[in-house]
Amino acid sequence: MSLTPQDIARIANLARLELQPEESERMLTQINGFFGIVQAMQAVDTTGIEPMAHPVAAIQDITLRLRPDVASEPNQRDLNQRSAPAVERGLFLVPKVIE
Amino acid sequence: MSKLVQGYEVVIGFETHAQLSTKSKIFSRASVAFGAEPNTQACAVDMALPGTLPVMNIGAVERAIEFGLAINAHIAERSIFARKNYFYPDLPKGYQISQFEIPVVQGGEVSFFLEVGKETVRKTVRLERAHLEEDAGKSLHEDSSLGASIGDGRGQSGIDLNRAGTPLLEIVTQPDMRSSEEAVAYAKELHKIVTWIGICDGNMQEGSFRCDANVSVRKPGGQLGTRREIKNLNSFKFMQQAIDYEVRWQIDQIEDGIAIQQATVLFDTDTGETRAMRTKEDAADYRYFPDPDLPPLVIGRDWVERVKGEMAELPRVMAERFVQDYALPEYDATQLTQSKAVAAYFEATAKACGQAKLASNWIMGEVSRRLNASEKSIEQAPVSAAQLAALIGRISDNTISNNAARQVFEGLWNQEGDVDVIIEAKGLKQMNDTGELEKIIDEVLAANPKNVEEFKAGNAKALNGLVGPIMKASKGKANPGQVNALLMKKLG
Amino acid sequence: MNSFHDMTVAELAQALKTKQASAVEVATGFLARLGGNPHNAFLDIDSEVTLAQAQASDARLAAGTAGPLEGVPVGHKDVFVTRDFATTAGSKILTGYRSPFDATLVQKLGASASGGAGMVTVGKLNCDEFAMGSANENSAFGKVTNPWDTARVPGGSSGGSAAAVAARLVPAATGTDTGGSIRQPASFCGITGIKPTYGRASRYGMIAYASSLDQGGPMARTAEDCALLLSAMCGPDLDRDSTSLDVPAEDFTASLKNSIEGLRIGIPKEFFGEGLSADVRAAVDGALREYEKLGAKLVPISLPRTELSIPVYYIIAPAEASSNLSRFDGVKFGHRAKDYTDLVDMYKKTRAEGFGNEVKRRIMTGAYVLSHGYYDAYYLQAQKIRRMIADDFQNAFKECDVIAGPVAPSVAWKFGENAGDPVADYLADIFTLPASLAGLPGMSVPAGFGAGNMPVGLQLIGNYFKEAQLLNAAHRLQQATDFHLQKPAGV
Repeated sequence: MSLTPQDIARIANLARLELQPEESERMLTQINGFFGIVQAMQAVDTTGIEPMAHPVAAIQDITLRLRPDVASEPNQRDLNQRSAPAVERGLFLVPKVIE
Repeated sequence: MSKLVQGYEVVIGFETHAQLSTKSKIFSRASVAFGAEPNTQACAVDMALPGTLPVMNIGAVERAIEFGLAINAHIAERSIFARKNYFYPDLPKGYQISQFEIPVVQGGEVSFFLEVGKETVRKTVRLERAHLEEDAGKSLHEDSSLGASIGDGRGQSGIDLNRAGTPLLEIVTQPDMRSSEEAVAYAKELHKIVTWIGICDGNMQEGSFRCDANVSVRKPGGQLGTRREIKNLNSFKFMQQAIDYEVRWQIDQIEDGIAIQQATVLFDTDTGETRAMRTKEDAADYRYFPDPDLPPLVIGRDWVERVKGEMAELPRVMAERFVQDYALPEYDATQLTQSKAVAAYFEATAKACGQAKLASNWIMGEVSRRLNASEKSIEQAPVSAAQLAALIGRISDNTISNNAARQVFEGLWNQEGDVDVIIEAKGLKQMNDTGELEKIIDEVLAANPKNVEEFKAGNAKALNGLVGPIMKASKGKANPGQVNALLMKKLG
Repeated sequence: MNSFHDMTVAELAQALKTKQASAVEVATGFLARLGGNPHNAFLDIDSEVTLAQAQASDARLAAGTAGPLEGVPVGHKDVFVTRDFATTAGSKILTGYRSPFDATLVQKLGASASGGAGMVTVGKLNCDEFAMGSANENSAFGKVTNPWDTARVPGGSSGGSAAAVAARLVPAATGTDTGGSIRQPASFCGITGIKPTYGRASRYGMIAYASSLDQGGPMARTAEDCALLLSAMCGPDLDRDSTSLDVPAEDFTASLKNSIEGLRIGIPKEFFGEGLSADVRAAVDGALREYEKLGAKLVPISLPRTELSIPVYYIIAPAEASSNLSRFDGVKFGHRAKDYTDLVDMYKKTRAEGFGNEVKRRIMTGAYVLSHGYYDAYYLQAQKIRRMIADDFQNAFKECDVIAGPVAPSVAWKFGENAGDPVADYLADIFTLPASLAGLPGMSVPAGFGAGNMPVGLQLIGNYFKEAQLLNAAHRLQQATDFHLQKPAGV
């Protein structure tokens, strides 16, 4: 699987990363190099194998724990927002969003 | 059968996001109460602070089970939460936890009645699925003063994450609807179901019940057309208008030879038009994958059975029971099961007076009218079911006429006292004594020879000229049935 | 009594309990060693906070309400969020970030008044950015040097933790291990480290890199010290971490001294192939002979998909990371670009400025393998092979009790030696990745020295929930050898 510069541009956009031209080129070479070692993986026959999300699922069924419906978090707005880049009247500020 | 618009068949599917009526959020313990100050109900998990993790709220799962049972769907024994990845300021993690390949509720259907011409037709819309997911926060754009504090003259949007993490049930239909009327009827029935079973408060103005309509058109027998999605239809009134406009717009485009592009559109309530949103680039590539922070959700059959046992009778089942037990027409039964409270009011009235059809008429008529006019809900009705039953009783036993009953009802509504007290006070007791009535009739007949002649000559309408004065002379207390019967006797 | 910095956690805990020293004295002693930030090990130090914690410990010790490790200093890898110290995860994108809460593992080791073990936090330790790296060269705040040879890497991603322990700047530190990031730096720096079974130590407050692989664990100089810390760190966190297992906390010191007579040690042939350098092989073989002298039996086994673990890991981890790192967008916390044209530009510039090259590379790879049309071929395929790898281990554990082998193919390399080829770096993870993918507990124990007199670690891998057995085996080796007692020149 060989990536193209268009792939790099598309992925960078999806991931919201601005790449300089040299960065994009380097990225392309390095990621393509990586996909060289991926080929062996693709060749493996995995018919009938269930994917494993939680590692310990190898030996026991791991299922979702459910908590009671209780609202116990207090209002901690100031503490939670203390590292925010831009806040006004309790709102996070971002460049205007146009629909 | 589909109603065609300019020769085109309309195909509509709905996606509805219902906010679930839990106390806390789906993945955190922050409150979901509406109307709090910005970001005071967004805890560290909701703000996606580094190191935070989701923990599932049992109340959200229970409500999904209740919904699945209400619509006869399959409730998955194992379902998976997946991440839907995209960037938006009201989406703090940069992904929404939702369900993709394996949702919690699968299939199901919603049935309702629709007036098609003079007929009442039963329609069924199949559901594809319903799944649990978290809501995003809110962006506030309108305030142009935002940003003053950071010296940004370009204007900023303010992000409030209070709503982020509120549990949603996303309910998706098959594209089974064929007209805007059907679509609205479906939406209303769905609204009734979720509020009836108590999983959602249905407050559309507060955003608890949000509908998106996928609309396309095609020539009958042709392939499915490209659909456009009308987002955020938050009132039934605008829903039909928006769909109708969109349908006509699509047909006009096609007739002009312009192909429909898939798009997301918004309905402008001022102009009455749908307008394409600025496209979110690459919005389609959400890179779904199972959320590694959440193991599979397992719902055992015994849990489902327990929920089933605890659920109240569903509206459609109750309506069918009303038809059976009370000999009501389907239309009445549907109207009376619009909410649990109305249904309870009806049953209490019907059982107390034994006159189900009369009870139905009064509730669908006078009671509804007055409640709507005063913007009250039936729980706030000044007339109790017992009082209405008593009133109906007095009509049935001929104590008062129908006309008089309306006046008594007015008195009850204004809380002037109980039925008999009001009848007395207003002197509305019907004159049932035929002796007195005969006297009055004889007097009126004598005073109106012309009408008598005309009637005997074959003009049935001439009777009205006699009934009026009789009623007047009896001060409205004459029993109209008796008046007619006696007149007939006397006039041959 | 030795100088504080030559004492183990166990010795310090005892000295504090018996009032031979006060927590303030101990803390002051360690803080005094941090001048000039040796090895660039630390990213945040705040002596006021540390001394206040020490004072609180002294009060608890006096009142008789002390925790098991009361007053003993600890350093936390900077991926654990802390209220009272900065947290950066080794990244510029978290410049200025102050968490409103402590990570669960920080709480569990911290103030005994809140139910913790009573340890005193000395500071936050340098690491590869977002735990992505094997040499601690990917930190935005400069590389960490190996105390044994400052021209060499300390290993990664918990390089700061390993260096701090090896240089005796702290008696113990927390690290995290996603693909080997506790075991490999422990090996490179001649210390002991353990990654528990996935799900045994809470991930709440541990900045996520790859959610299905990340586990926190202790790094110290002895197995006993690791056992002490691990006992405090492990335990269910049911209210905050849905992947935390409902497995009770365990006293991992209870069986440390057990005999290992008859212990079957599996030796995977795939771990001893061509890529393994001779000096490492010699040290590992030496340790295995010690085990035989202690009565253990060496059993040849096979882990046939060992090589596949590299592409499998480097598909799964970046995929999860690409999603986990989306929250770093300049909106709620951390760095935001100064100049941008609109919202999308703000995102792109913020993230471009805030993330280093390796992080960007893994985000790109991750986003790619999850993108439309590629999910089945890459991510899904990798998760399936992952199960096969886990099954391979279960088969192996039918023949043996623990598995042993090298941690890395070589000793710590010199800075600049690997010429910046990321794929070459990935290949060096071959021995640690399999246990990570399977979620099994794994340790690194000092086993000798190799080229350049650099430390070599022996890797021990146990079956699920068998941390006690690993620590027991490690402890017995440390009773029979003194590699773990060696210290770098000048320390």
